[in-house]
Amino acid sequence: MASYRFNLVKRVPQFSSSLYRIARRCCSIYTTPVDTNEPTFDKILIANRGEIACRVMQTCKRMGIKTVAIFSEADRHALHAQMADEAMYVGPAPSNQSYLVMDRIMDIIRKTGAQAVHPGYGFLSENKEFAKKLADEGVAFIGPPSGAIQAMGDKIESKLLAKDAKVNVIPGFDGVVKDADEAVQIANDIGYPVMIKASAGGGGKGMRIAWNDQEARDGFRLSSQEAASSFGDDRLLIEKFIDNPRHIEMQVLADSHGNALYLNERECSIQRRNQKVVEEAPSIFLDPDTRRAMGEQAVALARAVDYTSAGTVEFLVDSQKNFYFLEMNTRLQVEHPITECITGVDIVQQMIRVAKGHELTMKQSDIPIRGWAVECRVYAEDPYKSFGLPSIGWLSRYQEPTHLPKVRCDSGIQEGSEISMYYDPMISKLVTYGDNREEALQNMCRALDNYVIRGVTHNIPLLQEIIAHPRFVSGDINTKFLYEEYPDGFQGRQLSDTEQKEVAAMAACIYLRDQVRAGAFKNENRMPLQPVNPAAWDITAIVQGQEMPATVTENKDNFTVTIDGQTLTVNNDWSIAAAVLDATINGQQNTFQCISRKGDEIKLQYKGTVFKVEVLPKKATDYSHLMPEKPKVEASGEVRSPMAGSLVSISVQPGQDVAIGQEVCVIEAMKMQNSLTADRSGKVKAVHFETGTNVSEDDLILELE
Amino acid sequence: MLVCRHTTFRGETTTIVCPASQISTNKNMAALVKHSRSLSGFQARPACLKLLRAALPRYYSALPPAAHERIGDKRRAALTGGGQRRIDAQHGKGKLTARERVDLLLDPGTFVEYDMFVEDRRAEFGSEREAVPGAGVITGRGHIHGRPVFLFSQDFTVVGGTLSNAHATKICKIMDQAMLTGVPVVGLNDSGGARIEQGVDSMSGYGDIFQRNVEASGVVPQISLIMGPCAGGAAYSPALSDFTFMVKDTSYLFVTGPDVVKSVTGEDVSCEELGGAQIHTALSGVAHRAFENDIDALLRLREFYNFLPLSYKDPAPIRTGEDPADRICPVLDHLVPLDPEKPFNMHDIIRSVIDEEDFFEIMPDFAGNILVGFARMDGRTVGIVANQPTKLGGSLDINASVKGARFVRFCDAFNIPLLTFVDVPGFLPGTAQEHSGIIRHGAKLLFAACEATVPKITVITRKAYGGAYGVMASKHMKADMNYAWPTAEVAVMGAKAAVSVLFRGDQDKARREAEYAETFANPLPAASRGFVDDILEPRMTRRRICRDLHLLSTKQESRPDKRHANIPL
Repeated sequence: MASYRFNLVKRVPQFSSSLYRIARRCCSIYTTPVDTNEPTFDKILIANRGEIACRVMQTCKRMGIKTVAIFSEADRHALHAQMADEAMYVGPAPSNQSYLVMDRIMDIIRKTGAQAVHPGYGFLSENKEFAKKLADEGVAFIGPPSGAIQAMGDKIESKLLAKDAKVNVIPGFDGVVKDADEAVQIANDIGYPVMIKASAGGGGKGMRIAWNDQEARDGFRLSSQEAASSFGDDRLLIEKFIDNPRHIEMQVLADSHGNALYLNERECSIQRRNQKVVEEAPSIFLDPDTRRAMGEQAVALARAVDYTSAGTVEFLVDSQKNFYFLEMNTRLQVEHPITECITGVDIVQQMIRVAKGHELTMKQSDIPIRGWAVECRVYAEDPYKSFGLPSIGWLSRYQEPTHLPKVRCDSGIQEGSEISMYYDPMISKLVTYGDNREEALQNMCRALDNYVIRGVTHNIPLLQEIIAHPRFVSGDINTKFLYEEYPDGFQGRQLSDTEQKEVAAMAACIYLRDQVRAGAFKNENRMPLQPVNPAAWDITAIVQGQEMPATVTENKDNFTVTIDGQTLTVNNDWSIAAAVLDATINGQQNTFQCISRKGDEIKLQYKGTVFKVEVLPKKATDYSHLMPEKPKVEASGEVRSPMAGSLVSISVQPGQDVAIGQEVCVIEAMKMQNSLTADRSGKVKAVHFETGTNVSEDDLILELE
Repeated sequence: MLVCRHTTFRGETTTIVCPASQISTNKNMAALVKHSRSLSGFQARPACLKLLRAALPRYYSALPPAAHERIGDKRRAALTGGGQRRIDAQHGKGKLTARERVDLLLDPGTFVEYDMFVEDRRAEFGSEREAVPGAGVITGRGHIHGRPVFLFSQDFTVVGGTLSNAHATKICKIMDQAMLTGVPVVGLNDSGGARIEQGVDSMSGYGDIFQRNVEASGVVPQISLIMGPCAGGAAYSPALSDFTFMVKDTSYLFVTGPDVVKSVTGEDVSCEELGGAQIHTALSGVAHRAFENDIDALLRLREFYNFLPLSYKDPAPIRTGEDPADRICPVLDHLVPLDPEKPFNMHDIIRSVIDEEDFFEIMPDFAGNILVGFARMDGRTVGIVANQPTKLGGSLDINASVKGARFVRFCDAFNIPLLTFVDVPGFLPGTAQEHSGIIRHGAKLLFAACEATVPKITVITRKAYGGAYGVMASKHMKADMNYAWPTAEVAVMGAKAAVSVLFRGDQDKARREAEYAETFANPLPAASRGFVDDILEPRMTRRRICRDLHLLSTKQESRPDKRHANIPL
């Protein structure tokens, strides 16, 4: 159906102007000028989507290179497809039928005459076969040679190569240990602390940490017993234990003329489920000597595998600043913008130049560290569940805080975009920078406060908490930060008494503004009886279940809110319709976002977290104690057919986690497809129908646990 | 909240009772008393008598003390209603008393009570009752956000709020004055029904009210809020008013109660199952919306009142709009899926176009395939009618037609411009619909749309097929501005259906469908004939509509002279 439309490429010109604006703004951080006389590619295909495709295209535009985008069915209106000079349809929404299908992409390359391909990150970026296919057709792959991809793609091989290149690797022993003495011997060779566990045990199971000989003996005894009894396998793993591990990585750049250099480090210690959340460059932890040692080892590894283009060598760093090689990523990293901010190097530009065969123009000594940069990964996910479970939806309102100084926002979406279940739920990478870490963090706080995202659940509450966390601010972080600081999961900002009053006061002012306006009709036949409004309003604001009686007065230039004997003065020069409210409470600058106003309920975003405030006239609160509590209707976790029809598709399986609002199946009735969604988050317990079967009204299609 | 302050005024110590807000400065008591005198509604509060005495010592104190006492006694009796025990019982049911409801609904200090001293004259039919204070209903007027309103609030604590002749006369009095002055009437219903011992006197009361409901229809908006039982004849007054709202769990509407049902049909049914808020908002369509509890209902009613003009002579209200009229809505460019079989949520479009996402939906739980409700555009009230593709594909069925028609007629009666968003695949097919009379019910919506002379603006977002295209305020019904989005397709039917009729037996269905779609699945055929005035970039919709409404605010249109039209009921 509607296949005739597949070949249409929609072009909406007015988008582009704003895109160029963004592109120009991002350029301002770069100090690597474009040499227009230098030969380069005429046309580059970007084999990716979303923000990274847009990011690559910005540099292409800067360099005067034409761009080709590929888009899947779900990305028909996506920003990257609009931004490119040419956009080609590549296949249905699932990436294994579109962005991962090499033959289709090769066809498009032939059709469009693209001379080079930038793979971005993910998808085909570290696929040696793809690199080889391109080479066979004489198309340049903007990335490392396939040999390097292969060498670094294998965990074991890459460690061996690293060892050969004199890169620190985590010292360890894996095999049968005769007795406790041998274990102590091995432990001494490695150097304490060491971690001892059964080789066969997965993950951190049965892991014992030894800080001295005695503990090593105990660890050997317990672990070898466990190895024999639980696994029937005597082998033990004794490895250097990295206490307080930090994840610090080195950005390297190499050309095909034997030049290689490092663009300093990025610290990506704030992680959840091994995914990075907040990154910064440089690292607060490294001193110049460690930085140089790390950089030189990274460069040595790059040289060892004849690396070209941009790459990243990841290290684990312990509390004594010992660093150990983890792996090398042979692609452009998600978090490359912070390196660009502090070095001024446009990494994509250098990748393109290197792929064309040019020599790097800068030397190691040219690479500065200018100030500090921080990146937050803004995801469409619910941070209150395991630090982030994906959510989906439409961006009904979306404003990036790029009007603020020293803010860069790399995104591939715009107001109206859909965050679909098919791809990574990243909304954007919000980057701020400054002369020092403090300034960069302050800018980040402000940027997060001013970032307007509506329609999807997002992780700004968590990001804002991390950025303002005293431990993070002091720089005392490691890869377990989130789990140490929020052992029971993230709960949102805990308001202090003063903050609670500020939230209540702001909600009260919004309520008052609304009430006063409600009585200000512009075309009434009767002159209003004066005074229409009382001089002061007695209201009750209920914040987090706590009733706070307040008196609110609107004065000429401000509001006065009296809560609990304390008077708060709030400015009144904001609009009730604005998404972001810049409030000055008792002279203090505060940024609120009014998420919604519905009846008595005002949802305010404050310091990242959304608070629900109920504002009622005082007499309504007095009467409300007479109203019976109504039992809350729990979401059933059942999906029932709303009508008779046929089940076109079921997109979930038993055991799968679904998010609230996620599509679980589609019913066709009345020649219309109706998407049914989960009414709460949870794990699918059972699916009672199969695709293609007919269902009657109110049939139970699936249940959540 | 009232506070007491002792003060000396004109050499006499007196207690001043007034809202806390008025006394907060506490600087000049004399000025305060003067100010309090100007506040209407204060006379009704017994506590204020002292204030009045202080303010007007000469006239008031001249009255003989016995009369004083008697007036005071009567006033107190009226204010207490059925007594503390019954008030507690009312609270125990999770309901507020009649006076508390008035207090919450109206702006503070604006209530002017009528007929506080009216009593039922005598007890009949073995009733031992004393005179019934206030005849079981509180009537009067007041302000909602500074605009006048007439209201009655039935007092369940007084003889179960049953309707006696005097009770009805009180209601009729305010309805008469409402019509004379062009001010809406709000009824807070909480009544056990007719005062049985009064017999035909009570029945005549209902008749008088019905007559006034009908006379007032189209003159001033009438709103009924059902806050308790409302049974038998009483149920018809809400049915005759423009909007009927209910309170969840505590209100019931039925013609015959569960006991009678049981004795006549043998059905065992609870009040809630027979005529609770859930039944009437989702199943019967009798009520237009339900609220959580008394407080929620009354506060939401205040919000709702602000959308309405006071009478048919008044324009739709305009208030200061803080949402920019020229706001561009990029999200609208993305909402309509290209695949004609994929639904989208019409609420998203409405929310984005209107002021501050503030949509007061009418009948949200009934006939969800059409959405109706009030919103504002640049501060001006508009009525919105929209197909909802997520329900039955947005097709029109009997319930949707009736729901839409009634709403359109209300808007037309009260000068509220109509904004129609179209995505309609047609009327719902099937024997159920045909046999129940989709033709005559569908005609209601058609009739209402044609009849309406208020500004009419229509946006075709996607499908506008067949007869349903005509019904949804098309150009042919003298709509003022008709727009199509680039995704619009105005045609007799969809490609698949059309091909199966036109090319029956043709092997190459796909090609034919593509051809058909090429020809009809775009707004150009309609635009080239002038049936749509412009093809609009979705993002520009709000801006254009705001401008149109500004222009159309002076629209004058009249129809041929007649007694009245004959809508197919």
